[in-house]
Amino acid sequence: MGGVHPPENKFAEKRSVERLEPPKSVAIPLSQHLGAPAKAVVGKGDKVQAGQLIAKGEAFISANIHASVSGTVAKIDGVIDASGYRKKAILINVEGDEWAEGIERDESLIEDSNLTAEEIIKKVYDKGIVGMGGATFPSHVKLKVPKGKKAEYLIINGVECEPCLTADHRLMMEKGQEIMVGASLQMKALGVDKAIIGIENNKPDAIAHLSKIAAGYPGISVEPLKVKYPQGAEKQLIKALVNREVPSGKLPIEVGCVVHNVGTAFAVYEAVQKNKPLIERVVTVSGSSVKKPSNFMVRIGTPVAELIEAAGGLPDDTGKVVNGGPMMGKALNDLNVPVTKGTSGILIFTEKESSRPPEQNCIRCARCLTICPMGLEPYLLSSLAEKQRFQDCEDERIMDCMECGSCLYICPSGKPLLDHIRVGKNRVGQMIRERSG
Amino acid sequence: MKALTVSGSPHFHTEQSVSKIMYGVVFSLVPAMLVSFYFFGLPAILITLTAVVSCMAFEFIIQKYLIKGPLTIFDGSAMITGVLLAFNVPANLPFGLVVIGSAVAIGMGKMTFGGLGKNPFNPALVGRVFLMISFPVQMTTYPEPTAFTTKLTDAVTGPTPLTIIKDGVGRGESISSLMMQIPDYMNLMMGNLGGSVGEISAIALILGGIYMLLRKIISWHTPVAFLGSAAAFSAIFWLIQPEVYPDPVFHLFTGGLMLGAIYMATDYATSPMAPRGMILFGVGCGLLTIIIRLFGAYPEGVAFSILIMNAFVPLINRAFKPKRFGEEVKNG
Amino acid sequence: MTEFLNEITLFSVISLGAIGGVAAIVLYMVAQKFKVIEDPRIDKVEELLPGANCGGCGLAGCRALAEAIVKAESLEGFNCPPGGNDVMQDIAKAMGWEAGEKTPMIAVVRCNGTREFAPPKVRYEGLMTCAFAHSLFAGEGGCPYGCLGCGDCVEACNFDAMYMDQETGLPVILDDKCVACGACVKECPRNIIEMRKKGKKDRRIFVSCINEEKGGLARKNCKVACIGCGRCVKECKFDAISMENNLAYIDFEKCTLCRKCPPVCPTNAIHELNFPPRKQKAEKAAAKEKEPGE
Repeated sequence: MGGVHPPENKFAEKRSVERLEPPKSVAIPLSQHLGAPAKAVVGKGDKVQAGQLIAKGEAFISANIHASVSGTVAKIDGVIDASGYRKKAILINVEGDEWAEGIERDESLIEDSNLTAEEIIKKVYDKGIVGMGGATFPSHVKLKVPKGKKAEYLIINGVECEPCLTADHRLMMEKGQEIMVGASLQMKALGVDKAIIGIENNKPDAIAHLSKIAAGYPGISVEPLKVKYPQGAEKQLIKALVNREVPSGKLPIEVGCVVHNVGTAFAVYEAVQKNKPLIERVVTVSGSSVKKPSNFMVRIGTPVAELIEAAGGLPDDTGKVVNGGPMMGKALNDLNVPVTKGTSGILIFTEKESSRPPEQNCIRCARCLTICPMGLEPYLLSSLAEKQRFQDCEDERIMDCMECGSCLYICPSGKPLLDHIRVGKNRVGQMIRERSG
Repeated sequence: MKALTVSGSPHFHTEQSVSKIMYGVVFSLVPAMLVSFYFFGLPAILITLTAVVSCMAFEFIIQKYLIKGPLTIFDGSAMITGVLLAFNVPANLPFGLVVIGSAVAIGMGKMTFGGLGKNPFNPALVGRVFLMISFPVQMTTYPEPTAFTTKLTDAVTGPTPLTIIKDGVGRGESISSLMMQIPDYMNLMMGNLGGSVGEISAIALILGGIYMLLRKIISWHTPVAFLGSAAAFSAIFWLIQPEVYPDPVFHLFTGGLMLGAIYMATDYATSPMAPRGMILFGVGCGLLTIIIRLFGAYPEGVAFSILIMNAFVPLINRAFKPKRFGEEVKNG
Repeated sequence: MTEFLNEITLFSVISLGAIGGVAAIVLYMVAQKFKVIEDPRIDKVEELLPGANCGGCGLAGCRALAEAIVKAESLEGFNCPPGGNDVMQDIAKAMGWEAGEKTPMIAVVRCNGTREFAPPKVRYEGLMTCAFAHSLFAGEGGCPYGCLGCGDCVEACNFDAMYMDQETGLPVILDDKCVACGACVKECPRNIIEMRKKGKKDRRIFVSCINEEKGGLARKNCKVACIGCGRCVKECKFDAISMENNLAYIDFEKCTLCRKCPPVCPTNAIHELNFPPRKQKAEKAAAKEKEPGE
């Protein structure tokens, strides 16, 4: 159902992952994940090593945060995040590159593990692994199957349906073995014997590569998928791979599925087999005007500006810099924001590319309704929200909207459909919270 | 460097725009235009031009002096209304009437409701029905199709196939004898028959329809449901009494059915949004068309049936929602 | 012929009469069945209300307020901002109750981040509503507390008492039109607008900033931000100014409008409205008179 086909623009598809040296200083936000912010366990002036725990996620939905570099904690202060608001972060001045004990840094593959499911989940929690696809939901929560539910499938999301982004693609090409081991560990934690890796047909090399490796891992299969945005959304991916529809307002476990990104699978591998916390990730830096579109392995907390510098500098006609994919990413206010666990890409748009088309009357062409992956009526929701009829919005299931942006993308009249819907979702969410007390 | 732009996601936008869609529709009408120019000659060209120019002029006047709003006459929608209005009148209609029709179509049919996208009824059909009721004689005097002619007057006029059948059956003649007076199906398909400017050639209209389908300007639901239901309902009557009711093929290729099904019923603003709604809309149009053709006072009922169904669109939109994801849990 | 006509007349009279009779009975029965007994006092109260249906009382229009007042049998907790004291007194008189005195209030915009003082750093594109802009980013000027300038408050005002100053990008409240209904206060996603005491002769002193960042950070985005230096707190002899989270706040209940604090503010974040020009205190204060907040 639904879906759009934005131009793919995967400029950095063939560029192998390049490791960036740690910057001079990093800012590691305490809230890089969905849920409660972590609590800092270090103070100003403390010496830290790369991989050392610096903030503890104590709430049920929260995640640990580790130092990504070695050095001295300069301060714990508000740092501008992607939207321009100040969020608490630990600032570290980098001194050398010393790693905490127990972390194996060599590249050799470790396949065997004799850990139990609980031990694996414990390690995933300890090492602060979160969903690497962008939603940054703490992974250990997802790996714990709630009582009364049973997981049947582990789904590994290698779709990368967002245009421009190539981080997952490169990871699949270069760390295929590790992803398989990570997936096997996740299967063990969940107690499932089937895992499906979904990859879109626009990455034939990754499909071939992973299919070959998957033959050596029982229970794991690779499934090619039609190219369509937003196929990488959890619910859509489950529908495409096992033909089950997650009921409205429910989690994938309701239909026996757990979805993890390939990046998460790799992070799980590193955490469990190599004792390495989530302190670096692959970030795509791309755009039509970028001199050297690249995929970088960078430390969490590195300023975005340094990444752009490494990719050939900020082009003169830059009109917009986006953190994430072009469909769901956030436009940055400031280029000094740090890379976080959820940063999958930094995209640079030229001035021409960064303007929206002029707004015209809705011609009721029904394109938004045809392409909505959730089967909603964006034109209706947006006009209801504009008229502040929020109760009607709720009845029309505005909360099912996942803000994939397809409606605003496809609208020939250039209507800010999703903007209105977001306002509506905020208000309806408020209403629901007030109702439940 | 200039200031960065901040806006909500998505940051990509389709290349498609309102005017591109509208000119796409105009482009798809070119084959039908050429056929009518061939059969009706210069008058057809002049009627089309008059309608287009006057529609755009009226939209301009209303936007500039009455509404005092932004000017959108070049987004192509007024042009489509003009072309479709011209396609819906006889080629020898006096030009004054075309201008009146355009005024009604744009003024009453479109701008009264707030312009593009807000009109509940198809503007071109509003214009046509207004002319039909106000000037019935001129609107039902159709010129005979002749290969390319430059004559403006003295064109031989004659009845359309639908009128032949309607009057004939009214007099009690049998269909088989009436069919002798009508061009064969091949000619009906090509457009060699009496009728309004643009409705004559089924082939050319289907060609335009396929183009629009390929460019995803329209979806198949409405036209297929419209044509299918018209064929099905006429087939039922034909099977019961073949001597009183003409066969479905005749219905499909005569009158404005093709034009209506492909261009008028698929008008964005006046048709339902969801696929299931479109199908109901199309079926309703087809049924009403056949009922008016067989039992109504007018020989042709496409315009009326579409306008009647237009009135139901808000209701259909309310009742027929797209299938929500995760609504019915299908496991397995 | 006449016979025929008579017949027609007769039949029509009988049939129409019968239909009319039946309809009357049905209507009567329905009316009885669904009769709503309303307190006649509701109409009386509603008549006294202004009838603007502004929602300033927090209820859906004047009728709803009248119903609520009658149901509660008292005026306690109800207020009609546009009608003010007079209306409440009238209602009280009509109902035979007592009405308490209400201090006249007015809405105040507590941000002076004009384009000049807080120059835009980024360009915003998209839906021009504060509700959306607030959820998206900190604002063009970069201040996460400041006015977004999309005018949701102006939209919300039912009394034409606000407009957007195109030059500064800030909303302006018209003193004589504002009825203190509170619609703008509720609408502002950043809680910049506050309902304050109207003050004697409309004179008011307030801190025109709600930025809780540390002084340096606040100053970086806006030249007229409150930097939390605390000089005004020291200056105030009436204990009316409090300092919390790097932000000064003047309690309008305690403020005596002595005008001591505005001159000491290093960033001119304290505004005074509708005062006569200062006579003494030399140039600095004189400059302030012309352009409060400069």
